[in-house]
Amino acid sequence: MSDTVLEQQQGKVVQQAEAGIATRLATHMARFPMPRDLTFLWTVGAMLIAVLALMVASGLSLALSYTPNATLAFSSVEALERRAPSGWLLRSLHMTGASFFMLALYCHLLRGLIYRSYAPPRRGVWGVGVAVLVMVMVTAFAGYVLPWGQMSYWGADVAGKAVGAVPLVGPTLEAMFLGGDAPGTPTLHRMFVLHFTMAFTLVAAVVLHVAVLHGRGSSSPSGLSGQNPKRLLSFHPYFTVKDVLGVVLMALAFTLVMCFWPGLVSEAENYRPANPLHTPADIEPAWYFLPFYGMLQVVPSKFGGLVVSAGAVLVLFLVPRLDPKSHAATSPWWVSRFVAGAALSVLVLSFILVGLAGRHHVAGVWLTVGRLATLGFFAYFFGFLPWHARQARPEAQL
Amino acid sequence: MIRRVKADLLTCLQGFRQTVFRSVGCGILACVPVQGMAHSLTPEKAPVQHWSFNGPLGHYDLAAVQRGYAVFAGVCAACHSLGAVHFSDLAAAGLSSEQVMALAATWKVPTGPGEPGQSTQRKGQPEDAFPAPYASPDAARAANNGAVPPDLSRVAIVYPGGPDRILALLTGYGAADPQDKPGIHANGFYNPYAIGHRTAMPPPLRDNAVVYADGTAATAAQEARDVTTFLAWVSSPHADSKRRLGVGVALYLCFLAILLVILKRRIWSHVAK
Ligand code: HEC
Repeated sequence: MSDTVLEQQQGKVVQQAEAGIATRLATHMARFPMPRDLTFLWTVGAMLIAVLALMVASGLSLALSYTPNATLAFSSVEALERRAPSGWLLRSLHMTGASFFMLALYCHLLRGLIYRSYAPPRRGVWGVGVAVLVMVMVTAFAGYVLPWGQMSYWGADVAGKAVGAVPLVGPTLEAMFLGGDAPGTPTLHRMFVLHFTMAFTLVAAVVLHVAVLHGRGSSSPSGLSGQNPKRLLSFHPYFTVKDVLGVVLMALAFTLVMCFWPGLVSEAENYRPANPLHTPADIEPAWYFLPFYGMLQVVPSKFGGLVVSAGAVLVLFLVPRLDPKSHAATSPWWVSRFVAGAALSVLVLSFILVGLAGRHHVAGVWLTVGRLATLGFFAYFFGFLPWHARQARPEAQL
Repeated sequence: MIRRVKADLLTCLQGFRQTVFRSVGCGILACVPVQGMAHSLTPEKAPVQHWSFNGPLGHYDLAAVQRGYAVFAGVCAACHSLGAVHFSDLAAAGLSSEQVMALAATWKVPTGPGEPGQSTQRKGQPEDAFPAPYASPDAARAANNGAVPPDLSRVAIVYPGGPDRILALLTGYGAADPQDKPGIHANGFYNPYAIGHRTAMPPPLRDNAVVYADGTAATAAQEARDVTTFLAWVSSPHADSKRRLGVGVALYLCFLAILLVILKRRIWSHVAK
């Protein structure tokens, strides 16, 4: 008798402790102080979390009827889309979701650059964020291979050859990636496992990103003055309502693209089954990889192209070192107004132009455009940022 | 779309310069027209058609889809497969399950390895896929002057130019070949919408090639429109459901967004900037 009473009591204590953690977490989230002057650019993070949830849910359902085998993959996707209950809906959600995720991620990143969200004390938030970006890109690439259409196959082929260009270890890496001499069933197994496990690793990384952010507090468009404790508002209800509104507006755009303009997020050529004997005239990655595909091609050497293209992502890790002054630092008004604006415009324009060059196979005039745009892209990081850091007013430096 | 076909030819001409990582071995098909060709042999731009399924708010004319099925079954299926499609999929084009049963039974499908029966063929059942007309690509090539008739399951998506160009191709035969000099074109038929203005497909349609159940006059032009509509439907059979869903969801989200804007203004109303 007394045993059971004791057990019951112990159970209660554990329950209370658990409830305590959940309640405390909920209270922490609800009361979390946020700068009141955040613009709608700060709701993109909430949109990303919503799309990530959608991707995991739809992806899990799709995985139930997918077969990672070179002879069966394409027809398993066809059967899924044509005959599985709501299969067409799940697949279009997942395809549209991939594009929206990358688009929102680029917006989120750009906002971070505009408002210097990478500056101390938020360097950790930025670092985890860039790691998330890299993981999303790997996941998106692996996912694009799975339907085993022409672009899936030849995309894997191009990526394999790019990896193979690494000196010394290249051929070994290529064989590890493809699981053979050419893309095939072993490649599909690798990509499926990678895609699947990466999805959950990503969820963990995003939790970490948010946790680190909560340790440091949110940045704000007005810099230090926005961080004044008197000007902070609790997350709930002020920012819950704002985030939900942001997510609903994104869902609206999502619905319009998915239902009325699906051609924007799908590649026609990928509805042809993979054919190792027929190289398509246009090997083109999904739109969100085009800038990196362009950079891969503007450099005359294979390995050089790989370095530049991978460097374009990895340079983001260096941003807090290249521009190390604190979030509170101010620059002369003409610098923050005009020079920073101009530099960011050049960055965005270069990114788009080198993407267009990638789309046009970097031939003819596009080769020049692609090269200039690549320079413009890196000029922001190695030219503008260090220069900008030196412009900070000494008295404002912490 | 036409851009891609042009790129086909360009890739062949410019060879290795274009793609850094692949020495582009251009497909044999894409290269055929290059030999001794002038630039005017790029496919002509197909006239723009007003399909009922065009645009974000379009929808399929299911009567035309059903007539188009008759043309496919009666004509195209002799050479082309529709491998990703099962007979039961046609229920979504407005057929009842009895009609699907009856329709499937008009096809002969090869028996699988474990199936009973002497013959290697049996009557089709709703869950069977459309059977391929040839046993192997080699058999297809042998029967079609060296060309393999492509599978048409997604043709309206993957064929550069889409439904407009399919219709133009099907009805584009008959004109005299402007550069018809013996010896230049080994085989094939003149058609300004084909790559290199030559196609291995013989003119497939003629008046009264099929009898329409709904009494529509089966002119060649009508057959071409109907079979194109059928192929467009088969290529994205769920486009209509998607658009219907989209209208409902978009309206709902607009309503929700308006409510949230009001709520947000109320909550933020007493916050000083
Ligand atoms: C006698 C056999 C035959 C018949 C019947 C036939 N086709 Fe073809 N079709 C071919 C061949 C062969 C090709 C490949 C042509 C080439 O590569 O030059 C082809 C190509 C095509 C193409 C071009 C596809 C591409 O990707 O290049 C379309 C579209 C097409 N056929 C539609 C039809 C339709 C619709 C019908 C029925 C009205 C039909 N065909 C009937 C043999 C046939």
